[in-house]
Amino acid sequence: MAAAGTLRPLLTRAVLVALLLGALAFPAVFTLPFPRHIMIMIFLYGALATAWNIIAGYCGQISLGQAVFFGIGAYTSSLLFRDLGLTPWAGMAGGVVIAVIVSQMIGYPVFRLRGHYFAIATIAVGEIVQALIVNWDAIGGARGVFVPIKRPDSFVNFQFHQSKAFYYYIALALLLLALGVTRLIERSRRGYYFRAVREDQEAAAALGVNVAREKLRALGVSAALTAMGGTFYAQYLLFIDPESVFPLSLSILICLVAVLGGVGTLWGPILGAAVLVPLQEGTRVMLGGTGKALDLLIYGALIIVISVLQPGGLMALLSRARTAGSAR
Amino acid sequence: MGFVYALIAAGLSLIFGLMEIVNFAHGEFLMVAMYVAFFAWLLARIDPLVSLPLTALALGVLGWAVYHGIIRWVLDGPMLAQIFATFGLAVLLRSGAQFAFGIDFRTVNDPLLAGRLALGPVSIGVPQLAASVTALGAFVALYLFLSRSETGVALQATAQDRQAASLMGIDTQRMFALGWVIGSACVGVAGALLAMFFYIFPDVGAPFALLAYVTVALGGFGNVPATLLAGVLVGLVEAFGGLLLTPALKYAAVFALYLGVVLWRPQGLFGRF
Repeated sequence: MAAAGTLRPLLTRAVLVALLLGALAFPAVFTLPFPRHIMIMIFLYGALATAWNIIAGYCGQISLGQAVFFGIGAYTSSLLFRDLGLTPWAGMAGGVVIAVIVSQMIGYPVFRLRGHYFAIATIAVGEIVQALIVNWDAIGGARGVFVPIKRPDSFVNFQFHQSKAFYYYIALALLLLALGVTRLIERSRRGYYFRAVREDQEAAAALGVNVAREKLRALGVSAALTAMGGTFYAQYLLFIDPESVFPLSLSILICLVAVLGGVGTLWGPILGAAVLVPLQEGTRVMLGGTGKALDLLIYGALIIVISVLQPGGLMALLSRARTAGSAR
Repeated sequence: MGFVYALIAAGLSLIFGLMEIVNFAHGEFLMVAMYVAFFAWLLARIDPLVSLPLTALALGVLGWAVYHGIIRWVLDGPMLAQIFATFGLAVLLRSGAQFAFGIDFRTVNDPLLAGRLALGPVSIGVPQLAASVTALGAFVALYLFLSRSETGVALQATAQDRQAASLMGIDTQRMFALGWVIGSACVGVAGALLAMFFYIFPDVGAPFALLAYVTVALGGFGNVPATLLAGVLVGLVEAFGGLLLTPALKYAAVFALYLGVVLWRPQGLFGRF
């Protein structure tokens, strides 16, 4: 039994290293664009859900307005690139700065609200921002922004037309960054503050945690990571409009990915993305063309079944299987 | 429009007050109600205004089924599970409607009431006017039921304190189910009224639902009479916001109003915390 006890963390680590190596080798094995596209989307949504997990999973503040930060990241880099010729990498940094500033401006008043009031207030903020962007003609309004296409492929321009492999590795790096930040927070004093705020605000405040400040920090980190995802998305598709980067449905999808995997756990969001993204892309490719929304029908039914049967997400299922295994 | 908003929001508010669950499929319930009214007209040539009891009944059944099929099982779960169960239902209903009826916009072509009425400088569409009056009537009926009838009082007792109510011999499970039936029936009435003059398509519920959340939160969750006032306020801000700014920004004006109010009074205008 003692041997099994020391073996388990080793095993877990070995599995993680194997997964990482597999992820690194993936583009070498699969050269077709479609499997790579699916993996890129898994990484992107995994990273976005991980970012949401920091504010909602660890800090307990259910934000349904993440699309605001995503859109800011996408618009900032695209506009700087189109109008000033600035490399999207600098645009990404600019997007992060703006998203963090906006997150603090939103968070300062809205964090006074709790529970459903907070969740609905974040929806309201998201809707206001989208309406403003749609009506803001200087940045394209409802027509959106075309990111100018530059040839040949270059890292500086953040454009790769020959192969998706570059996008693949950038998305992977983004995901690893998000996971690393979460890991850091989970292990640090800050992580304990966040969880204390989630469990009981009054008790946390009584113990000397500055509740308002911790919430703002969690939102800031979450916003920064989400904005980076936005820039990546803009450079990957090379076209953005308010309907694609600011919608409520995106905010909700981000939460769903995390909820499916398991809220407040490190690996939950990526697990959720690994299940939900292929399902969504797969059903869309197979059934979406019919215009009958059959893919969404399955998706909706699945969400209900999961929330009814397993509110803890897939991670809860996994850990249950694990305890059952070690009990034997 | 304010009265119709209020009626939609009242259903939401009732359900929330009872069991602290926000029904994110509320807009889709409205959409279903509009389709029911539409098909009653298409197949049997019954005007939405006449088929209104039928629509309310159909939605009541839907609410009952949803409660027993889904909500009962997540009642004790975390808030996120509740949010996503109803959100999944919303996606299911919306895509189900798209699957069954297609994405075409449909309208009731020869409504019973039509034309406009000129009241001095203001002119109002007759169907809109009938809708507001009926919605107001339904609202008053709901209020009287809640405050005067024994069942209504039992509902309120359950909303105030679940355990105490069950100690008093109130079957709280039945009250929850009843709350869903009545809340959904309210939407049924509102849907039938809207079907008289509004386009009917699978996504129609979304903007109404967003306004309903704002209305409910504005009045204070679980406070049904306050919802009426908040609904009227939302209707007015929407109309004047569209007039004074640009029509495209009218929803933004409503949401800004909501943010302004809840920041000043986090529990809504008349809410208890």
